Amino acid sequence: MDLINTFFNWEVLVRAFPILLRGLGYTLMLGCVTIVIGTTAGLLLCLVRLYAIRPIQLLAIVYIDVFRALPILVLLILVYYALPFVGIRFDSFTSATLALSMVLAAFTAEVCRAGIQNVPKGQFEAAASLGMPFWQSMRKIILPQAIKVIIPPLTSNSISVFKDTALASVVAMPDLLKQANDAQAMMANPTPLVGAALIYLAILWPMVRLVGYLEARNQRATTR
Amino acid sequence: MASQKAPLAAQMIDVNKWYNEYHALRSINLEVTRGERIVVCGPSGSGKSTMIRCINQLEQHNSGTIAVNGVTLTGDIKQLNAIRQDVGMVFQHFNLFPHLTVLENCVIAPMTVRKTPRKEAEEMAMSYLSRIHIAEQARKFPSQLSGGQQQRVAIARSLCMQPTLMLFDEPTSALDPEMVHEVLETMVSLARDGMTMVVVTHEMGFARKVADRVIFMDRGEICESAPPEEFFKAPKNERARVFLSQLIH
Repeated sequence: MDLINTFFNWEVLVRAFPILLRGLGYTLMLGCVTIVIGTTAGLLLCLVRLYAIRPIQLLAIVYIDVFRALPILVLLILVYYALPFVGIRFDSFTSATLALSMVLAAFTAEVCRAGIQNVPKGQFEAAASLGMPFWQSMRKIILPQAIKVIIPPLTSNSISVFKDTALASVVAMPDLLKQANDAQAMMANPTPLVGAALIYLAILWPMVRLVGYLEARNQRATTR
Repeated sequence: MASQKAPLAAQMIDVNKWYNEYHALRSINLEVTRGERIVVCGPSGSGKSTMIRCINQLEQHNSGTIAVNGVTLTGDIKQLNAIRQDVGMVFQHFNLFPHLTVLENCVIAPMTVRKTPRKEAEEMAMSYLSRIHIAEQARKFPSQLSGGQQQRVAIARSLCMQPTLMLFDEPTSALDPEMVHEVLETMVSLARDGMTMVVVTHEMGFARKVADRVIFMDRGEICESAPPEEFFKAPKNERARVFLSQLIH
């Protein structure tokens, strides 16, 4: 009974729920903005990595390597606590968006590269031989074929980054985890934390299943 | 017959190409006049494909001059795209766009590159597709067609750009034997319509039937260039003789 009163205290949960919802709002916003910016930037980064002139390609490679290697938390703390020393000051939401997007872009770039390189050379040649300019052949011919391979890992990356939004609580962003933690302190009961965990699960579990489904569907399509 | 004033469909002057150390094309000189049908043959690795792929710059040459319809290639990408619109290419492995229907395959380039309105592009595509007896498959995807049908669609796709010159890179080599005929038939009818064609192929029957000139290549060089009657009866080049004797046996 004690255990239930401690971790699943209904009364506490009801009181904490509005606070958690407010936090969820921030988390969803941070997650969505990051996924949109990070994915778009990642695709552009990938095209630079593949098709720009050599020196710029090298820059893209360095960027991708660095941001794949750097822990997000370290990056986030650098952006939020170190940049002000050179006069660059971002609020916690902007810092979190920036740090998460920069990392997501690096991972997305690698996924997109694999997808594009998976399209047979003949497709590029056929588009070129018809006189289609680079951007048009990318948009109409190459990317639509690459996207099938790209979608599952892209979704998987998005889930990861969505989970990493919880790191934003470190820079005092009132996201789901931060709100839950505050509520826990205020109410002297860990139930809000459990509530937050359940909310994360409720959102992300279906996404994880979706990735599994997409992967299975691709598998079927390639073996057919 | 060709008037001296009309620019050549394609011209290569002293063209060389290397793949690292490997000398793939050795001082190629080639003139393709308007309406001419040229068959290029030779052993594998002799540079046939490389040569025609240089004409639309799917391969870049290292030295020499290439001109298409009187325009010398400069390496400028805008100029190149403009030239490629007028030079159709048919590939060994068809290279149809698998995510698009047959009809979409045919209209995508005219619509995006030439800005042809969809209705007009589709009408033109359907007329080419019915000429190759494939109109009823227009809504299918390439993977639902046989190899021979796919290659005919690839030809139609090229024709939809209304090219002045068509390049064929071993168009029947990847086909099952029973499908070679239907593709060759399409090519013969194209030749009869006066299309300028450069065809890399081992189909010597096709060469006899439609070629104005047969070019024999070996080790990156053009060894012989002659009308088919002469070439098949009495090739002057020793390597061409050996090649032909191997084909017959």
